[in-house]
Amino acid sequence: MSKTTLRFKLLDIFYVVMMIVPIVFGIVLQVLTKPASEGVSITGARIFFTLKMPIQDFPVTESQINSALVLVTLLFFCLYMTHGLTAHIKLRRQHFAELIVEKVDGLVNENMGEYFIGFSPFIIAIMALSALSSLLSLCGLFPPTSDINIVGGWAILVFVIITYYKMKCGLLNYFKGFAEPVALLAPINFISEFATPISMAFRHYGNVLSGTVISVLIGTALGGLSTMLLGWLPGFLADIPFLQVGIPAVLSIYFDVFSGCLQAFIFAMLTMMYVSGAFDIDTYKARKAKKLSKTK
Amino acid sequence: MELAIGIILGCCALGAGMAMIAGIGPGIGEGNAVAKACEAIGRQPECKGTVTTTMLMGCAIAETTGLYALVIAILLIFVAPNMLVDILVETIKNFPMA
Repeated sequence: MSKTTLRFKLLDIFYVVMMIVPIVFGIVLQVLTKPASEGVSITGARIFFTLKMPIQDFPVTESQINSALVLVTLLFFCLYMTHGLTAHIKLRRQHFAELIVEKVDGLVNENMGEYFIGFSPFIIAIMALSALSSLLSLCGLFPPTSDINIVGGWAILVFVIITYYKMKCGLLNYFKGFAEPVALLAPINFISEFATPISMAFRHYGNVLSGTVISVLIGTALGGLSTMLLGWLPGFLADIPFLQVGIPAVLSIYFDVFSGCLQAFIFAMLTMMYVSGAFDIDTYKARKAKKLSKTK
Repeated sequence: MELAIGIILGCCALGAGMAMIAGIGPGIGEGNAVAKACEAIGRQPECKGTVTTTMLMGCAIAETTGLYALVIAILLIFVAPNMLVDILVETIKNFPMA
């Protein structure tokens, strides 16, 4: 029973290779297309090509390509983790997969309640996507989360879900919610409705982008410092920026790894809180019971 | 012309610097949050996990205003000068006297 077939092993290897190929493809694309630059260079996402569209041209940028690569990697990671699931665990990876699912279910149950347990795949998807996108900067790629368009898209998706759950308790209730506590405050409530996606998008985007900017600035400063301090070394030794070796990596632990994972967690937590806060389960149940009694 | 472009660049840099004054607020706020979290952990060490998670959430939300300022500063440094200089050049080109 514990023996695995050759077909199974080959599929395993295929999944693992397909997990790595997108990242390697991204690095190759970066090396081939990025123009060499000197000194400080902080650029946005480069545009690869533009698709002709009837209303407005659609530029295909680095961030879109990179987030597509992340999606492919995550897809094959999930396929690998769930490959060969059995009722009696015989693979080590199944423990890990079950651990992830249980943790996320517990988190969603704790923060959103029993009714929203179906949300846990969405939450872990958004968390994994965001974390892996931010961690792409460790491979030297452009992290898609430092592009406002990508994060803004996620925030709009969350906004649509929030509005859907607010309207689920009746359209009249939804519009009445704007007039709380007094009707005079309706414009301010209206603005604060739209402030939610904007603040979510800007929070994530600003954190990742500030990390990138600070990393570049410190890298450049260390290069200058090393020419100043170690410029007296003979020959080609003077041209090597010794101070740039290793020191930026320490900062990268905070700005890339810690900050990226934290922002992913916070984005998911805020999604959970806003969605569960938008929906009043008691009102919903009361309305449903009323409807049922009416039809009878 | 050169003077006008110089004024635009200088004012953009000044504006970016002034926008980052907003960094004071989140700094004080997050400091308060972390101080209270330390106190809470000191009082009840068994609640460390929950307190840390809540503190990180609160810090992230307190950080938002600072990040708005950061985004404005970045826009002022990287985006605004090009845009404003383009507008200036266009205006001077279309000006009847010149």
